[in-house]
Amino acid sequence: MDTPSPLLAVTDLTVHHGQLCAVDSVSFEVGRGDVLAVIGANGAGKSTLLRTIAGLHHATSGEINFEGHEISAYPAHRRVTSGISLVPEGRRLFQSMTLEENLIVGAHKAAAGAFDIAAVYELFPWMPDRRKSKVRQFSGGEQQAVAIGRALVANPKVLMLDEVSLGLAPIVIERIYEIIPQIVASGIGVLLVEQDVSQGLRVASRALCLLEGHTTLEGRPEELTSEQIEIAYFGSHLGAQGEKESA
Amino acid sequence: MSDTLTSANSLVQIQRSTFSPLFSLGGVIAISAFFTLAPWLLAASWVSILSNFFILVIMATMWNLLAGYAGMVSIGQQGFVGLGAYATLYFALKGMNPFVAIPFAALTCGVIAIPITFLLLRLRGGYFSVATWVVSDSAMLLVLSVAYLGGGTGKYMPGLLTLSSTTLNHDVYLATWIGAFVVLLGTYLLLRSRVGLLLSSMRDNEIAARSAGAKVTSTRRMIYVVVAIGCGVAGGVLSVSQPFVQPGNEFQLQFAAEMLFATMIGGLGTIEGPILGSIIFFALQQSLQNWGVWYLVIFGSLAVAVAIWQPRGLWGAIRDRFHVELLPVGYRVKEPKA
Amino acid sequence: MTLLNILVEGTLIGGFYALFACGLSLMFGVMKVINLAHGDMAVVAGYVAVFLAPKWHVPEVWSFLIVVPLFAILGYVVQRTLLQKSIDRDPFTTLLVTFGLSVVIENLLLAVYSANGQSVNIGSLVSKSFQLNSSTYVSYVALSVLGAAVLVLGVLQLFLSRTNTGRVIRAVSDDREAAQLCGANYKHLFGIAAAISFATVALAGISYGMMTEFTPTSGGANLLFAFEAVVIGGIGSLWGTLVGGIALGIAQQWGAHVNPAYQILFGNFLFLIVLAVRPQGLFGRKEAMA
Repeated sequence: MDTPSPLLAVTDLTVHHGQLCAVDSVSFEVGRGDVLAVIGANGAGKSTLLRTIAGLHHATSGEINFEGHEISAYPAHRRVTSGISLVPEGRRLFQSMTLEENLIVGAHKAAAGAFDIAAVYELFPWMPDRRKSKVRQFSGGEQQAVAIGRALVANPKVLMLDEVSLGLAPIVIERIYEIIPQIVASGIGVLLVEQDVSQGLRVASRALCLLEGHTTLEGRPEELTSEQIEIAYFGSHLGAQGEKESA
Repeated sequence: MSDTLTSANSLVQIQRSTFSPLFSLGGVIAISAFFTLAPWLLAASWVSILSNFFILVIMATMWNLLAGYAGMVSIGQQGFVGLGAYATLYFALKGMNPFVAIPFAALTCGVIAIPITFLLLRLRGGYFSVATWVVSDSAMLLVLSVAYLGGGTGKYMPGLLTLSSTTLNHDVYLATWIGAFVVLLGTYLLLRSRVGLLLSSMRDNEIAARSAGAKVTSTRRMIYVVVAIGCGVAGGVLSVSQPFVQPGNEFQLQFAAEMLFATMIGGLGTIEGPILGSIIFFALQQSLQNWGVWYLVIFGSLAVAVAIWQPRGLWGAIRDRFHVELLPVGYRVKEPKA
Repeated sequence: MTLLNILVEGTLIGGFYALFACGLSLMFGVMKVINLAHGDMAVVAGYVAVFLAPKWHVPEVWSFLIVVPLFAILGYVVQRTLLQKSIDRDPFTTLLVTFGLSVVIENLLLAVYSANGQSVNIGSLVSKSFQLNSSTYVSYVALSVLGAAVLVLGVLQLFLSRTNTGRVIRAVSDDREAAQLCGANYKHLFGIAAAISFATVALAGISYGMMTEFTPTSGGANLLFAFEAVVIGGIGSLWGTLVGGIALGIAQQWGAHVNPAYQILFGNFLFLIVLAVRPQGLFGRKEAMA
């Protein structure tokens, strides 16, 4: 489903944390309606990658192109108004505020588009009743939904999701992922980071695996075998020498 | 003073200093001899200046130990300077020779500091800083209310009026010189010891240090008490250097400014820094003598500029550029010669 | 001095402390900056009102109409240049820089205007008061300052809770990065918070000059009281700052009643006790503690 010019094109991106190389020459593209899943173990560089694209971290080298513009020099807030939204790891809601206020802040620099606060309320029907409640009383799953809603109301063209399943029960994770098709249907490109490999691959149109900062595997989920993924994820086979783990 | 760590093939040396230790020691002895003989070598006005210089060196070194090494930014150390001055006055009023009273006064400050740490060390960042100021302010107000110590009007330090002005000048000078020497030596030895290593690890990463078993809070407590004692020494020698002891003189917020600025400009986190900063301070003060308070304006602006653009101060810049350390407290790995 | 006297005087001065302190509270809440030059900015405003307003043909009593907006602009500029650079480094630097600024400002004022006391001329209003009972008088000036404090705090509270900008400022104080991810230009918002802080402290400084004499070093004592009011009331709560200010004022008046030398001491003790027993203050949230 490759469109002629992708929304987001990352080329040879390298990011350092002090002396540690967290992201090593990573390249990929995200187009309209794509879902690119970036998988990898803890410390593989996935979150750093998203944060750098969002503008919270400086890249050492490489290019980040959005709709044809090089945005590496843009401060974080300008990337949002350009059309990139990140749902950060750990939800990071505004704890002193209500659900509605969180969404209002998310919408304060919103572009025109399909998602306004009413649309988010339709996506998550439980929200209207709780909109005046303080978010610090919400459960993990509810907070995650608010975080996603907050990013959506800005009407991004590319939505990035960082470990949305972290700390949530499986049934809650499933419900969260159920909305991805609805998001994608409106033409938004999704870049998501997941430690839960099967969940990530289930929604993805393409997958990218990172190990210690560099790309070890790329392709459509249906084309990747579990053995390939295992090697890409861990760097080698699990289990005894010469034996293959079956799916 | 180098330990040799042998691995299978290469010889890697762990050193403590860039110069040969004998060279440094020789330098220290020479400078110490000069300062000890100064009253006989220099004019009386210079001796007075040096006295005040040493007082600032003591305060700046102590502030540096607290802020630069232990990470506690205090704007209330002038409280212990004042307490040291008034403790000296108290012992003198009870009949002790004021010069002899100074170390006792300093220890008194240390004792007073202990309960204070139980409140202060629970605070972080700006809270800690402002709380130190409130504590210092309260100390001054408490002293102000004690009539025996002269209250708001002040009192003459007993035991000094019988001395001739030259003798007094010399005695005060020697007191400040000995005070500075002891404080500097003590700080140097402390930082070279395991405590110094502990402080470095705490400064770099407190959580990691704690999980490695470092007793962070008790170390901080110890440093706070040591610094209180040091400031008490400064206060003690201050109180004998001016015959009239007054709360306004001994508890000046200006001391906080001076010790902070001198350390920042000279170089935070190095032993040489506060000394260098004090030299700059006095050089500035002497050359701007006729301009009144302008030297503080300039000194303060310099400190602000240094904090933003060159936070490691003058000595930090010299050390980075020339890789030289006069009073080394760290460890260096010496590459084996090929 | 009766109990009524203590309460009335304490409340009146508490209103002033709250006005003085709300800017400090805002800057700490939003940017985690303790501006040690805050008190001196108030004094500078006083000097501007006394010495520069007449040059612009503005009677001193109305000088705040010009000085307050001027200081708002000054606050924005100082924040975007000097303070932002310090914040970018670390809190340590910010503390040192604001302390340095405080000393520079005080000595600059001393050098230019000497240590003589100044006050803002409001004519005969300064001594007018009304009587509550046989021994308690309420000065009109002090009462208007209390009124101004309540008004300013109310407007500020409305600004923060109802307006878009205010909401985003609250978001930035809660989580700066998350706010950036919502499109907030945090440096600009820091500037606005500083502008508000400088504007309110300018008003406080001029009020102070109307009530009593000030000198170049008056800023220090008032900064201490402002900080104490904020901590007692609780960081992050504007009305808490009012309550804190009044609590501080009453404690001080009680101290003065016991022994004039104990006035400030009692206030200090209240502060230290709150720090020891309930460090987040009366209305503060535990999470607000850095």
